[in-house]
Amino acid sequence: MPSVKIPKKSTATDMTPFVDVAFLILSFFMLATKFKPPAAVTITTPKSVSAEKLKEQDAVLIEFDSTGKVYFTMNTKKAADIDLKRDLINEVNKNRNLGLTESEMQNFRNYSAVGSPFSQLKTLLALPKDQRDKVKQPGIPVDSTNNELTTWIAAAKVAFQGHQMFYMLKGDNNAKYPSFKGVLDALKANEEFKYKLITDPKAVPYGSDLYVKRSSGKEGNE
Amino acid sequence: MADIDVSGGDSGHKKGPGVKKAKKLSTRVDMTPMVDLGFLLITFFIFTTTMSTPSTMKLIMPKDEKDPKDQTEIKESGALTIMLGKDNGIYFYEGQIKPDGSNFQSSTYKDIRDVIIKKKAAVIENGRRLGYPKDTLDKDLVVVIKPNKEATYKNTVDILDEMTINQVHRFALVDITDDENMLIKATEQRNGVK
Repeated sequence: MPSVKIPKKSTATDMTPFVDVAFLILSFFMLATKFKPPAAVTITTPKSVSAEKLKEQDAVLIEFDSTGKVYFTMNTKKAADIDLKRDLINEVNKNRNLGLTESEMQNFRNYSAVGSPFSQLKTLLALPKDQRDKVKQPGIPVDSTNNELTTWIAAAKVAFQGHQMFYMLKGDNNAKYPSFKGVLDALKANEEFKYKLITDPKAVPYGSDLYVKRSSGKEGNE
Repeated sequence: MADIDVSGGDSGHKKGPGVKKAKKLSTRVDMTPMVDLGFLLITFFIFTTTMSTPSTMKLIMPKDEKDPKDQTEIKESGALTIMLGKDNGIYFYEGQIKPDGSNFQSSTYKDIRDVIIKKKAAVIENGRRLGYPKDTLDKDLVVVIKPNKEATYKNTVDILDEMTINQVHRFALVDITDDENMLIKATEQRNGVK
């Protein structure tokens, strides 16, 4: 019996289209995303329907994490304005008689995220930038008896004189209301009433008044 | 995987003696490592980058008026007070709280939108009866938001967001009173919220 010979086919596949797809996705990710900014604490922000995007601007960023620790950061829009941070720490130093040295103030200028009460600020600022992130900071006190954030904001107001500046509030989902209120109190004590809460975008619920307003072409932001 | 083309070794036409045959090399390259590299980079970018830029939500707080004369009075018919408590608890009452707390109701973050919509509709209806101008029919509507100590920041932002969603133009973030806090505590105990 003559047997039918089945030709042996190669199992090798052409990988070229696969490579194409992989690099297409890769280029998409490279273009569509931005690197995560280094953060001292991980904060998961709540969601809101606000359509306003976060911009780079002169701002005071106040963060509070899930345990209610408050951190203060100063952001300048232009890199040339970095010396404003110097002015800020100078002001704080003067107001609170902290006795910071030049190099400690320089450290603040280079890296301004701070989450310690004034009593520990000198020790904290003595550390170089990379070590400061490793230190567990207790957070800036914001309770009604001792709201040190008020001093920080007052100093920021002095440092940012003549600039348009914003107050960014970035809170964690699980932060309790009192820490948020403490932050608001500190801002109110400085006669500052307009803030921007940093949130993740979310879709407007179908059929709501805002949905109707936005789909009718009007800007739905309050 | 890597294909080495061995076919066509001897099948070429005859060349003279002593002429060395040039070995025909395959031009096919194994793409697998390249795919590996590609996906490695993709995963790297997925993990280190943020996809969407965060949005910012504007919040404008009123000045604290110490003098009762300067404080804004609100109409009882247009007031809705929403209280936020522990474990995503949410409670509300319309107008003023009755001494026995009988108009104190509990709700959920899903249902609160309907409560606000219903209240807004009622206030607009009332405004129409009072003959308010067409675009300020809802001017009596004031939502008072009172988070207590156990409420989270997420709860607060959610309810502030709800104000934007339902286009409530007047709302206030106010401290909770002891009486209201006690009512919340009592309700929580009844519902077994720890």
